Amino acid sequence: MLTRRSLAVGAAALAAPWPLRAQGALRLVIVGGGFGGASAARFARDAYPDVAVTLVEPLTRFVTCPYGNLVLAGWRRLDQISFGYEGLRARGVRVVHDWARAIDPLARSVRLAGGETLAYDRLILSPGIALRWGAIEGYDEAAAALAPHAWVPGDGSQTALLRRQLEAMEDGGVVGLAIPANPFRCPPGPYERISMIAAYLKRAKPRSKILALDAKDAFSKQALFQDGWNALYPGMIEWVPASRDGRVVRVDARAGVLETEFGTKHRVDVANVIPPQTAATIALETGLANAGGWVEVDPLTFEAKRAPGIHVIGDANTAPPMPKSGYVANSTARQAVASAIALARGAAPPGNASYFNTCYSHVGEEYGISIVGIFRPGPQGFVETPDSGGVSPRGDLPDQRRLEALYADAWYKSITDYMFG
Amino acid sequence: MVLARHLLLVAAAAGLAAPAFGQSPAPLAAYACGGCHGVGAQGAGAIVALAGRPEAEIMAAMAAFRSGERQGTIMGRIARGYSEEETAAIARALSAHR
Repeated sequence: MLTRRSLAVGAAALAAPWPLRAQGALRLVIVGGGFGGASAARFARDAYPDVAVTLVEPLTRFVTCPYGNLVLAGWRRLDQISFGYEGLRARGVRVVHDWARAIDPLARSVRLAGGETLAYDRLILSPGIALRWGAIEGYDEAAAALAPHAWVPGDGSQTALLRRQLEAMEDGGVVGLAIPANPFRCPPGPYERISMIAAYLKRAKPRSKILALDAKDAFSKQALFQDGWNALYPGMIEWVPASRDGRVVRVDARAGVLETEFGTKHRVDVANVIPPQTAATIALETGLANAGGWVEVDPLTFEAKRAPGIHVIGDANTAPPMPKSGYVANSTARQAVASAIALARGAAPPGNASYFNTCYSHVGEEYGISIVGIFRPGPQGFVETPDSGGVSPRGDLPDQRRLEALYADAWYKSITDYMFG
Repeated sequence: MVLARHLLLVAAAAGLAAPAFGQSPAPLAAYACGGCHGVGAQGAGAIVALAGRPEAEIMAAMAAFRSGERQGTIMGRIARGYSEEETAAIARALSAHR
């Protein structure tokens, strides 16, 4: 679409009589209906009406990770952060609610759990993450039913469980979090979560404490978060970095014990364990991932380095210094789709690419902070645009914080409207 | 003529008006605005609409954000991430979009 040549091809296809067009339509299959996949489907239908778009997503309702922390605060209900696929269907996307079981990169096809095989000209793979069960000793799927991760929302039950546990906790209890090392989904997420749990406790159980055990020594928007915690929740939050024995290595979910590297056993009343992660299983099983478990991609086209024809977007890829965020998934989805279609048509992918991210975090009521990044393809990966982006200013700036909380809400509405509206 | 009409159709379907397309730098960057400013930059909640605003006005606002002359909440951090040429292409795309 972005070169004159591919535009002309698109126009020619449009001009063709319908049966011809239907027979010859380029087949774009998208696996995963989250921030990357839903954005890709929307963009593909808007920009390339002559391309046949199929979206494979097992769930009929998508629960967003963003704003899940506000459910923990009691500020949002799960149904307010859940979306169906009617909007994409109405735009002409064929939505198939099934699991992608296997991808054959040579035959260019995806086999679904239900038995259907989808042939594609280009595949957009946006499968999200897998939790590394067992990476923390004692933390497996059964343990997650007692000590929720609430990091892969699925049908929302993990978030609902954590919320119920917070509601059931006595005033004066301790909420423990285990936070992983980099890279992981949503770098500021655990710290927004601490903030939102604190907002709830301050209101409902003010004698309670939060113990945040971290496998690293620094985190996203750290100074801003800590300023906010000191201002809004003084004395409530203890953050323990890795260098002070913060890394959780063993979990006893039944006893509510988080054990750290040097053998300290922390007994907590509610345990939220955010385990280490990799790209989702389908990416690993297709052989797309590196030794770290993430998919390396071309920074212009998002084509997987290990498999031509498969463009991998969202949290499953590794694209530092870009964060694993919904906004990055949304922004890169368009470049991936435009590149995939251009390449399928023998044209050049769109140049001058830029990828945009803003991650807002809620710290308290009318208290928002953000980090902005503008990224571009570089010779060896992704490059942040110099002298741009960065975090909100520090200091006593109530107007800035109030506006950023409002803008966060506008972002959430805008991006979910784009994906599902 | 038929081709021109189809080009317009394709462009309109893309949610941005025709003049933006085929120009360099690519207006895909303009979609990023919609992540906060609403789908098609039509505005969302507390965030203003950009669609249909005069190109010169958008350019002037971005220049003021870039230099720090205009105190933005986050726009200063964003404006400094785009060259003048890119900003012009984005402004053109937003302005042409109704």
